[in-house]
Amino acid sequence: MKSLGIFRRSFAPWADPNAKPFISFRNVTKRFGDFTAVDNLSLDIYTREFFALLGGSGCGKSTLLRMLAGFEQPTSGEIMLDGQSLSGIPPYRRPVNMMFQSYALFPHMSVEKNIAFGLKQDGMPKTEIAERVAQMLKLVKLEAFAARKPHQLSGGQRQRVALARSLAKRPKVLLLDEPLGALDKKLREETQFELMDLQYELGLTFVVVTHDQEEAMTMSDRIAVMSHGRVIQVATPAEIYEAPNSRFVAEFIGDVNMIEGKVALEDGRSILRTAEGISVALPETLAEGQSVALAVRPEKLKVSRQQPEGAGVHAMRGEIWDIAYFGDMTVFHVKLPSGKIVKASSLNATRGVEDPFGYDEQIWVSFEPQAGIVLKG
Amino acid sequence: MGRWSRFNVASIAIGFAFLYLPIVLLVVYSFNESRLVTVWTGFSTKWYGTLLTNQALLDAAWVTLRVGVLSASAATVLGTLAALSLSRYSEFRGRTLFSGMIYAPLVMPEVITGLSMLLLFVAVGLDRGFWTVTLAHTTFTMCFVAVVVQSRLQSFDRSIEEAAMDLGATPVATFFQVTLPVILPAVLSGWVLAFTLSLDDLVIASFASGPGATTLPMRIYSQVRLGVTPEINAICTILIGIVACGVLIAALVTRRRELQRQRDERAAFAEGMSRAINPPPAAAGG
Repeated sequence: MKSLGIFRRSFAPWADPNAKPFISFRNVTKRFGDFTAVDNLSLDIYTREFFALLGGSGCGKSTLLRMLAGFEQPTSGEIMLDGQSLSGIPPYRRPVNMMFQSYALFPHMSVEKNIAFGLKQDGMPKTEIAERVAQMLKLVKLEAFAARKPHQLSGGQRQRVALARSLAKRPKVLLLDEPLGALDKKLREETQFELMDLQYELGLTFVVVTHDQEEAMTMSDRIAVMSHGRVIQVATPAEIYEAPNSRFVAEFIGDVNMIEGKVALEDGRSILRTAEGISVALPETLAEGQSVALAVRPEKLKVSRQQPEGAGVHAMRGEIWDIAYFGDMTVFHVKLPSGKIVKASSLNATRGVEDPFGYDEQIWVSFEPQAGIVLKG
Repeated sequence: MGRWSRFNVASIAIGFAFLYLPIVLLVVYSFNESRLVTVWTGFSTKWYGTLLTNQALLDAAWVTLRVGVLSASAATVLGTLAALSLSRYSEFRGRTLFSGMIYAPLVMPEVITGLSMLLLFVAVGLDRGFWTVTLAHTTFTMCFVAVVVQSRLQSFDRSIEEAAMDLGATPVATFFQVTLPVILPAVLSGWVLAFTLSLDDLVIASFASGPGATTLPMRIYSQVRLGVTPEINAICTILIGIVACGVLIAALVTRRRELQRQRDERAAFAEGMSRAINPPPAAAGG
């Protein structure tokens, strides 16, 4: 089978059975009264990994991060860091530092003092502190702002101070809670790459909490998609996108067409038959009549006037219902005879086309045999 | 705002006259030359001079000052602690009862507070004097401090405390290096409030005090019973001056800080905008 990733990853400790996880959540549960924020969760994170916890609000991702930082204690289960249990260790004795969503800069201290705070607590000699602070200011390009107070800085600059402060102690793990949430779109994109470069250069382990799937996809080595206190899937961004393990993940990440169908038997093998007349062989034997969906990403659906040919290509008749033009690509909403509307996107790789599609046009939508993902339940 | 109609001007004039006429009269008559309080005979500052020779008044002023400083300081510590615990542990059992009990003394008639203090001191066999007044004042002013500090804590961003601990500061270090400096203005204004309340309390002091610990309001009250003298007017004018100066300074400092902060924020915003439009090479991301 083809590789799912679009580029080759040389760093993949999670695939190595001998690699030891750096951070381990072992059957961790956290309850607040009747509410279960984290539900019997187990997760391994490796050294130098850029790991993202992704999910909607209230999915438990922030609670997980706060337990790692020591602000919350697990109701049951254990968190291990570098082979040592963290239970009972207060936040101020953990070798992890956190960058807060609100930045949490000390308003009464200058930028310099903010960055020096953690070093001062460790009783580092003054000359060394000054040296380290200068180094950190250089790293985040804020040398000219050392004497300013946080309220004299712009949002982007505050974000950099928060980053410098959390990196100053050279923690083994940096926890980032929605690190780019308060920045505007352009600055956010720039900063994403800065964070990635920084993480690579310093050789640190980053655990980032985010609700922004693009952010998670761009920055991280692996993503844990969370919902209701559980991890639904942990995988690389490409695996999450191209091989989601559930409807939830498929729908949460990117756009997807869910073509519903039922399991049928053909020559003793299970196949999926949809209302649109598509049959797909199933990799495993399932009970006849069971509801199953075929998930197809919009960019994998092709719109054409001629009936597409080729071995195993699935084609459906349809009518162009809506056209959304985004500049870089166009999304066709195609109404199938069953009434279902599917989305097919195509890249506008050339300037203009010879004979463009129009509204209400009868066309074919098709996809390659490998393009669909069968999802149960 | 609306125009200055005759009605508006009149209502403001009447309102201010209602509030300040008695005080203005008092101040004016403190500069009266005559021994008779209500008859104006000429300008003089001699009553301020005779004040300095009135040993009883000076002693009372000294007692009041010491009681004020001590009780305000103790009340500030206790009130701040109460406010902190009330805003921190928002879900402990009996929180509503506890916070209600903190606020109750605010509306409790002073006579009752004073009387209950007296009963307590008698019951435990404490000799009434300087320390009992101080204790009583601490008790009744600490709830004011708690209210002031608690209202500041409502807008306090707790994540800065977590950040401090995350960076290795113990809870004690976090309190002294982060929490206290940030809430300090509220704590100080709580102190000033407690001090002022202690300064002008008559009722509770009368109950809690004993021989040898007469506070200034008590002394003034007992003198007034023998007739108002210009001397009393003079000392009251001084008291008014002190309080007015304190309020004015506090207001000016707060206002200047606020203006400075707004200016800084505008400057930072403008700079951020200009950088976003035309990024200098050093700040351009990459």
